[in-house]
Amino acid sequence: MSGSRTEAKLTQTPEFRLAIIAVVVFALMAALSPDRFLSAQNLTSMAFQFPEFAILALAMTITMMTGGIDLSVVGVSNLSAVVAATILASLAGPETAGAAAVMWLTIALLASLSVGAAAGFANGILVSRLGLPPILATLGSGLVFTGLAVAMTGGAAVMGFPAIVAVIGNSTLFFVPVPLILFGLLAVALHVLLTRTGFGLRITMYGANPLAALYAAIDLDRILLRVYVIAGMFSSVAGMIIMSRANSAKADYGSSYLLLAVLIAVLGGVNPYGGYGRVVGVVLAVLSMQFLSSGLNMLQVSNFARELIWGALLIFVMVINITDWAGLRARRAPVKSG
Amino acid sequence: MTEPHTGALVEMTGVTKRYSGVTALDEVDFTVAAGEAVCLAGENGSGKSTLIKILSGVEQATAGEIRIGGQAMTHLNPRTATAAGVMVIFQDFSLFPNLSVAENIAFASELSEHKRFFNRGHARSVARAVLDRIGVDIPLGARLETLPVAHKQLVAICRALACAARLIIMDEPTTALTGREVSRLLDIIRLLKTQGVAVIFVSHKLAEVLEVSEKVVVLRNGKKVAEGPAETFDTASLTKHMTGREVHDAAPGPFAGSAETLLEVKDLDKPGSFSDVSFALRRGEVLGITGLLGSGRTSLAKALFGLVAPDSGSITIDGTSVPLGDPIAAAEARIGYVPEDRLTEGLFLTQSILRNVAVGRLKDHERGGFLDHRSLVAEASDWLQRLKVKTPSITAPVQSLSGGNQQRVALARWMARAPQVLILNGPSVGVDVGSKADIHDIIRDLGARGLGVIVISDDLPELLATCHRILVMKGGRMVEEIAAGTVTEDDLSHKLAS
Repeated sequence: MSGSRTEAKLTQTPEFRLAIIAVVVFALMAALSPDRFLSAQNLTSMAFQFPEFAILALAMTITMMTGGIDLSVVGVSNLSAVVAATILASLAGPETAGAAAVMWLTIALLASLSVGAAAGFANGILVSRLGLPPILATLGSGLVFTGLAVAMTGGAAVMGFPAIVAVIGNSTLFFVPVPLILFGLLAVALHVLLTRTGFGLRITMYGANPLAALYAAIDLDRILLRVYVIAGMFSSVAGMIIMSRANSAKADYGSSYLLLAVLIAVLGGVNPYGGYGRVVGVVLAVLSMQFLSSGLNMLQVSNFARELIWGALLIFVMVINITDWAGLRARRAPVKSG
Repeated sequence: MTEPHTGALVEMTGVTKRYSGVTALDEVDFTVAAGEAVCLAGENGSGKSTLIKILSGVEQATAGEIRIGGQAMTHLNPRTATAAGVMVIFQDFSLFPNLSVAENIAFASELSEHKRFFNRGHARSVARAVLDRIGVDIPLGARLETLPVAHKQLVAICRALACAARLIIMDEPTTALTGREVSRLLDIIRLLKTQGVAVIFVSHKLAEVLEVSEKVVVLRNGKKVAEGPAETFDTASLTKHMTGREVHDAAPGPFAGSAETLLEVKDLDKPGSFSDVSFALRRGEVLGITGLLGSGRTSLAKALFGLVAPDSGSITIDGTSVPLGDPIAAAEARIGYVPEDRLTEGLFLTQSILRNVAVGRLKDHERGGFLDHRSLVAEASDWLQRLKVKTPSITAPVQSLSGGNQQRVALARWMARAPQVLILNGPSVGVDVGSKADIHDIIRDLGARGLGVIVISDDLPELLATCHRILVMKGGRMVEEIAAGTVTEDDLSHKLAS
């Protein structure tokens, strides 16, 4: 049950092509700038950098699996970060340490996750019960969440946390960066959810054909609601990492991450029409993007050229994927019946 | 039968169409003379729709030549086909429900003349002229959606004539018509033929139009298998050509009339779709519900499964009432529904056969939150085997199966849920003849095993072969109840169309 493509050869899956691309990009960057790209310092810094937007890409993935999208991920992550930051800065304060600091951090994390869940629930209601198109519903709600964060902070950064907050974003556990561990856990959890649970299979089936799902007596509203709640909670985890790494929270952090998250999900082979997507593909897409981005940074390519290259990479991968999509196109053509 | 034969109006030679490996049409020759009516017969999948799509420019032929009025058409598209006088009237007529009769008739011709502005007066005069031409009176200002089906069809014919049609192709023209409406349509066709307009009837029920036709062409599996003067064909020989064999369907098994009532429907009412529908279904009974297109049979079927919410009435199973308008509650009350359109409503085409069967049973195969893959596979395989689904692998996408096997997969999904009442809407639409007989066997067997089965269909032989009792719907009401074995197909067809 791990995928409808179990029949296809491994080498024909989009994930295999992505793995090749990731390796090629890595090799290319290593060849162009061996001393710096392969340095321990660079590799560590990459491992700290990508988890925050990679987790947003996971949130994007689960909504895209249903044929939807969540454009409010960055709004949710900033709102939840602002709420947590306010608790940490105003109620705890920078001087708090020891058990009190752990307690406040726990409270802040729980508050942040609750905000993420509530925001996701609101999205889910808009998309399921009220039937709004996900792209518009979450575009609007994203602005509302950002607006709430601005209203809470007046637009300024919230800072002055207990030192313990840095653990989330800046520390390592057995030489592995904590953000990377968080990302790994969430990626594995999402993979298991999608492939090993009834709920995950229903998400895929709903994405493949919502009408048939209705006729198969699947509770569509409940599926969508849960999907958007999960996306909201994932976004709030990303928000915690960003807050910890920046040692502050602000309503407009990570504004470039929204596009990046969409881009990674699509690069990762998730079908934007729903019904197909694998976490391993998304992880590979994240790595390719990070290798490319760091490498170009090292080669001192300007930011504008970097965006151009990202866009080109997106189109390149989609064109390669077309061989797979020919089947989809054939299905979309008028049904041939006598 | 006057036919001014002046060379072929349409001449298709060696027309072939392949869709990624599948040959939908194989070297078919097809000619139509001016003023001639031709019946194009074939089962679903025989290639008749493909032929029409090529002739009307919607699809391009892979090989072969098409001549219209003696002129070779190399790059036929819908625009050039229209300009050459080829018009298709689809089953749904493709009219604008919110516009007036006059606007509907004149719209296409005004467009093709590249007029920048719409002139109401001109439109009315165009419409008036065409209506007069076929001797029909329909109020020009009436909004199309207020008209009965038969009038909509006439408006579609008039629209084609307003565009100077030389050939009108009619897709299933009699499906939604009553007997009197059919004979009026035939009169109009006769009139058009005297005016030199050719007609192609595309249908799988041709008995009604045979009398005005000169020629019959039968397609099967993309090949032309028979062609000849209409007089030499009758329903039996047509069926034989279309299916390629003599088909004998069994009769439904005996039914114990004393069995307890399983499902009771009382005064179900949905304005615009059906009204005052009441009936009972007993354990082990196969009940047919039939009616013309638009009689409310499909809305009723959906209402029984909660997909349409009736305004009033009640549905009870074993005396317990089932909430209306909630498919999940209906499924929990062990009602199953196999929809009419397998491809969009019934199946998840890109997903595996296994998943298509298992999707209804996920809840019962979760152990501690995780799916028990092995038990799911075992159960699905068991049902697929019982229903004789032929497939090399249950992980293959369901779209790789033939129509008949796909339908069995849809059935397997519901059978696995052990329903008490199974509603089958058009159970054998688009499946080959062999599978059809098998599906009928399955339906009879379901009844014999004590389920209540409702078969909704306009395929009369199918109803006669499977049902113990047949209810006839007309205009949203149950008008007649017929016991098995008391009617012939002809009787039933008259009851439907009268």
